[in-house]
Amino acid sequence: MAIFRIGTGAGFSSDRLDPAVDLVERGTLNAIVLECLGERTVAFGHRDRMADPQRGYNSLLERRMRALLPACRKAGTMMITNMGAANPRAAAARTLDVARELGLKGLKVACIEGDDVSTLVPRDAPFMDEPGMLADVDLPVVGMNAYLGIDAIIPALGAKADVIIGGRLADPSMFLAPLAHCFSWRASDMPHLGAGTLVGHLMECGMQVTGGYFADPGVKDVEKLADCGYPIAEVHDDGSAVITKLPGTGGCVTPATVKEQLLYEVHDPSCYLTPDVTADFSRVEVAAVGPDRVKVSRASGSSRPEMLKVTVGFDGGFQGEAGLSYAGSGAQERAQLAVEIVRDRMARVHGVKNDIRVDLIGVSSLFATAGVHATEAKDVRLHVALRSRQKEDAELMLWEVESLLCCGPAGGGGYRGVIAPCVMTKSVLIPREQVKPTLEVMVA
Amino acid sequence: MNAPRCNIRRIVRDIAHARSGDKGNTSNINVWAYDPANYELLKCTLTPERIKQTFPLLIRGQVTRYELPHLCGLNFVMDDALEGGVNRSLNLDSHGKSFSYLLLGLELEE
Repeated sequence: MAIFRIGTGAGFSSDRLDPAVDLVERGTLNAIVLECLGERTVAFGHRDRMADPQRGYNSLLERRMRALLPACRKAGTMMITNMGAANPRAAAARTLDVARELGLKGLKVACIEGDDVSTLVPRDAPFMDEPGMLADVDLPVVGMNAYLGIDAIIPALGAKADVIIGGRLADPSMFLAPLAHCFSWRASDMPHLGAGTLVGHLMECGMQVTGGYFADPGVKDVEKLADCGYPIAEVHDDGSAVITKLPGTGGCVTPATVKEQLLYEVHDPSCYLTPDVTADFSRVEVAAVGPDRVKVSRASGSSRPEMLKVTVGFDGGFQGEAGLSYAGSGAQERAQLAVEIVRDRMARVHGVKNDIRVDLIGVSSLFATAGVHATEAKDVRLHVALRSRQKEDAELMLWEVESLLCCGPAGGGGYRGVIAPCVMTKSVLIPREQVKPTLEVMVA
Repeated sequence: MNAPRCNIRRIVRDIAHARSGDKGNTSNINVWAYDPANYELLKCTLTPERIKQTFPLLIRGQVTRYELPHLCGLNFVMDDALEGGVNRSLNLDSHGKSFSYLLLGLELEE
């Protein structure tokens, strides 16, 4: 095959679906990848699974499969996804149900497991990137998942699966696996694996390379952002690729959009670690080769890491958030008085000593700690946040903010309050030979 | 440095674009000069020392700068700069997604 066409159909757990359907229908893709896991997403999945053993996978899985499976079959496009999150087996079973309901007889669904290493990691495992060890954390563990690479995915490609579902499949590995399989790149062929990892890295966040998360009106304008298209990579057997998108979709693919994604969540550009390779992006060339077409080349790579990263998720208790707004003359002063009342009463009346953060949205919130404040705002929102292992602390805080409606400064309105469960994650390492990915292929 | 001739000083956003990301409690921000002619100005303006000094309460750890001169890009890695990160921060933006605009808002050293 001269060129392998691979697209992204989701770049995070809540990503859009309609442009993914459009991409499969019109993209003549060999493969589409739905990347739906962050570190914390897996931990939330484990919490869901504890509450119901049939859950723990991406909550949009059924909706996505229902829309995409018929289009994938018609187009001859195979799908790879980590929507299995904390429960790939249940996700695969649900996908089979959907395929049968849709009459997609013979559809092959591969389920990859073995990323759950909770029985293998010792309590004295040191953290990967900070002092301390697992046993230092005084919170219940909800799950431990190792990042799986192409060695876990390629057997499913060899089995000619139409849909490959896993849990903690590393983001770029889901793109690299079909490239390595198609072009017969060996597991020791580090330059090509590094090049394919660049393709995966550029594609894994979906529209972040096609004009999403880029627009800054008047400075960086993007056409039809509401109809932004997902990316396509046309990959050559030397590992170079053209990043593009469907004609008629919104967004843009330019050297600027590609560069912002090139180093997104990358630290040292010459040393980007995945389960497959130590990729080197430091000499990458980025060139416009047509409208909405950008060629990337000269990525490389060296050794495959001997240790795999493991995300350990803990039950982090609860976070409460509550807000109330003030507008017009003296809005800032009235909101500031409300801040002082909430702080005082939480400590003095309720004895809640947890960290409480109080922001004035419109004056000082996102950049508060950076010391950047607005001064002229006359429409400001009190925002109070608190995290605690005890849900009751959060409930008391919400009550205190709501009480400002009658008891606080003049003219406050628009109370909202919400309490959500929290997770905490830490990273440790595990020798890769201890991680044993498994594969099961099921037929609809 | 001489006093500016007009009241409106140019900022980084006038010559460059940027994106922020997070890994744990570490923030990274990549910044790219639109015009190669402004890359040196960008480098002079965005030094690790200036960034750390400008946001002392936010950036508690080290600031490291990686350079990609052939693409006119800089990548800043700021340790202990996310108020604990998504695991702990009570900032509405616990990922520091908005922090690219902290750097884009700095005045140019010209």
